[in-house]
Amino acid sequence: MAMFIRVDIDPSVQQDPALGKRIAEVCPVDIFKVADNRLETVEANLDECTLCDLCTIAAPGKVTVVKLYR
Amino acid sequence: MRFYEFESKQILKKAGIPLPKSHFCKTADQAAAAAFEIAGPVVIKSQVLSGGRMKAGGVKFADSPGEAAEHARAILALPINGLMPVGVLVEEKRAIAQEYFAAVTWDGRAKKAVIIFSDMGGIDIEEIAEKHPEHLSRTHFSASRPFSDYIAKNAVAGVGVTGNDLNALTRIVAGLARTFLDRDMTLAEINPIGKLEDGSIIALDAHMDMESEAARQHLDLLKELGVGPEEKRQARPPTQFEIDAEKVDSADTRGVAGNLTEFDGNLGLIIGAGGGSLTLFDAVRAAGGRPANYCEIGGNPSVSKAANLTKLICAQPGVEKIAVMMNVVSNTRVDIVARGVVKGCIEAGFDPAEKIAIFRIPGSWEDEGFAILKKYGVPYVDRTVSMDEAARMAVENTKKKA
Amino acid sequence: MSILVDKDTTFIIQGITGREAVTMARECLDYGAKLLGGVTPGRKGREVHGLPVEDNVLAFTSRTRVDAAVVSVPPGFAADAVLEAIDAGIKLIVCVTERIPRKQVAQFVEYAAEKGTRIIGPNCLGVISPGKTRVGGIGGAAESTRRAFKPGKIGVMSRSGGMTVEIANSLSEAGLGVSTAVSIGGDAIIGSTYAELMPLFDADPETEGIAIYSEPGGRAEYELADYMARSGSKKPIIAFMAGRFMDEMPGMRFGHAGTIVEGRADTTASKIANLTAAGITVAEKIGDIPRLLNERLGK
Repeated sequence: MAMFIRVDIDPSVQQDPALGKRIAEVCPVDIFKVADNRLETVEANLDECTLCDLCTIAAPGKVTVVKLYR
Repeated sequence: MRFYEFESKQILKKAGIPLPKSHFCKTADQAAAAAFEIAGPVVIKSQVLSGGRMKAGGVKFADSPGEAAEHARAILALPINGLMPVGVLVEEKRAIAQEYFAAVTWDGRAKKAVIIFSDMGGIDIEEIAEKHPEHLSRTHFSASRPFSDYIAKNAVAGVGVTGNDLNALTRIVAGLARTFLDRDMTLAEINPIGKLEDGSIIALDAHMDMESEAARQHLDLLKELGVGPEEKRQARPPTQFEIDAEKVDSADTRGVAGNLTEFDGNLGLIIGAGGGSLTLFDAVRAAGGRPANYCEIGGNPSVSKAANLTKLICAQPGVEKIAVMMNVVSNTRVDIVARGVVKGCIEAGFDPAEKIAIFRIPGSWEDEGFAILKKYGVPYVDRTVSMDEAARMAVENTKKKA
Repeated sequence: MSILVDKDTTFIIQGITGREAVTMARECLDYGAKLLGGVTPGRKGREVHGLPVEDNVLAFTSRTRVDAAVVSVPPGFAADAVLEAIDAGIKLIVCVTERIPRKQVAQFVEYAAEKGTRIIGPNCLGVISPGKTRVGGIGGAAESTRRAFKPGKIGVMSRSGGMTVEIANSLSEAGLGVSTAVSIGGDAIIGSTYAELMPLFDADPETEGIAIYSEPGGRAEYELADYMARSGSKKPIIAFMAGRFMDEMPGMRFGHAGTIVEGRADTTASKIANLTAAGITVAEKIGDIPRLLNERLGK
């Protein structure tokens, strides 16, 4: 269970499989996976987030990283 | 990677160094058969990675196969400095007229390999160096050029040996030095080298240590000796706690969270890195604390790795609190370690605010890290508090009792 | 002034496309260091943070002045990389790589001595002259490096990379600051020992005192004590000796490859006695270093 990080994916990402794939690829700690053309978060990896912002840069406004400790 | 005496002697044999007849035995029956085969007085020696075998009763003499079996049975059951022998070496007993000492090792000061030779073998070399310096020679040589025999000759002649003995000893020492270089040893020692009453010279006891970093390049030799690739050969065998920590470390390649050594205390330590761990362990002891373990974290371990190490240490019986401390960090991230230890505590069923006596890791991403610690009520300090002061606070906090 | 490096020092990183080296390159550039590019065989034409990647060191040295090289390649390739840099005529090599077998280290250190090349490391974080340059990953991100390493008057030498930063930080917090800090490496054989770097600090007008971090194992502290007696060096030195607990545990390895107590001379107790006799103040606590330096500097 993730304690420190939550990642919200805007529903519009699911209309754009190429974008979903790109988001999944840029993450250095495998927080995203694509299943049945849908972008999902991997619960076990959320807390490994390094706050590198590569996902939010890849999809401006469509992915939000929430620090649960703030 | 330390070798047992019987393995070291196999290595010497390959170098052409003369040795007494011997057999490695794992049972008393094998020892009896070996003594029968040698057909004369024998010495039975515990095969254990520890010094002081003679004093501990790990070396006995026998005149018959029956006596050899009896001694072997006793020695096989005798731990020395907490270590059980892997077998005994049954070796022909020879009458010795004179003993010598030869070792090859690295000298970090000269940055070269060095042969240390003495004509006072059999006793502690440090004692010879202190009390009889004229009986000890030190001869440096290059690791870049092929080894040449004259270097060994100079080492032997350096303590005044001449005649036939000089030539026989030169061959032995040159063989030892070549083996040292060829096999990436950190130490290759024969002590004593024995001159027998008939004038021949043989290696009576040997101690070799191969650099673990180079072991991969010598798999042929290790295989021949029957040494498994997983064998670590530390000065004492690992405890279950240490084995479990090693598993945590090797399961995830991201950073280091391991190198754990178990101690008998109540304060679990999650400390790093190399030098920081040494400094902090001393600081905890100086403050009157009793560490439950030594360990090293560094190289920016993942959250799960830090969490798993924390869980393991928290679960250790006798651990009342844990202290999480490092020097000012550059590449390890404060927030990642903070997440890991908080998570580890919670998953182990403890309140991080209670279980963590102190968190002192200043450096990269500390603002994020401190925000996490604040949220979970973990006591923390920043870089203005020294490592010793943090250690003292950890010890005080542990005394208050969880 | 500073020692070993200054604001004009140009350097390359061998192994620049590796995970750690990419970060190091970023951190050096952000600090303002004159990093020219790097070498990874087979990767010519690539870029790292806008800097060129070449197949060999000669590609740089044949067209420009290269003062130093940082070797950050896996242990199996490190000796080769060091020899390549020596033969290309580079005079300062910072070898970051850990776990190089000591036979190989002895070999390239000997060759470097013949060629007049200085080696720092292996198993180190590099060299920094605060406010001027840094060669290596020492201090981490540029911003945290600036915070831990304020320009000042104390030279730092340490067998531990992490403790170099810790000590520098305490000197910066105390207002003393750092002239040059050298992470000399934690291995049993290293390119430059305390005693070999001391003449540089002695000759550096900016350095008024020296802080040293030390550990069990090896003879480097004895060599330093001998240097102090021989040279008549007047600059105050404060040394800190970690790993005192190891005196009770001969044969066990903790920390760096060079830290193992094999004989009486390797113990911290013996080293402390020797350093003290040579006029070096040994700090009981790591946090005492700035205060002791101030005392010795007469302030």
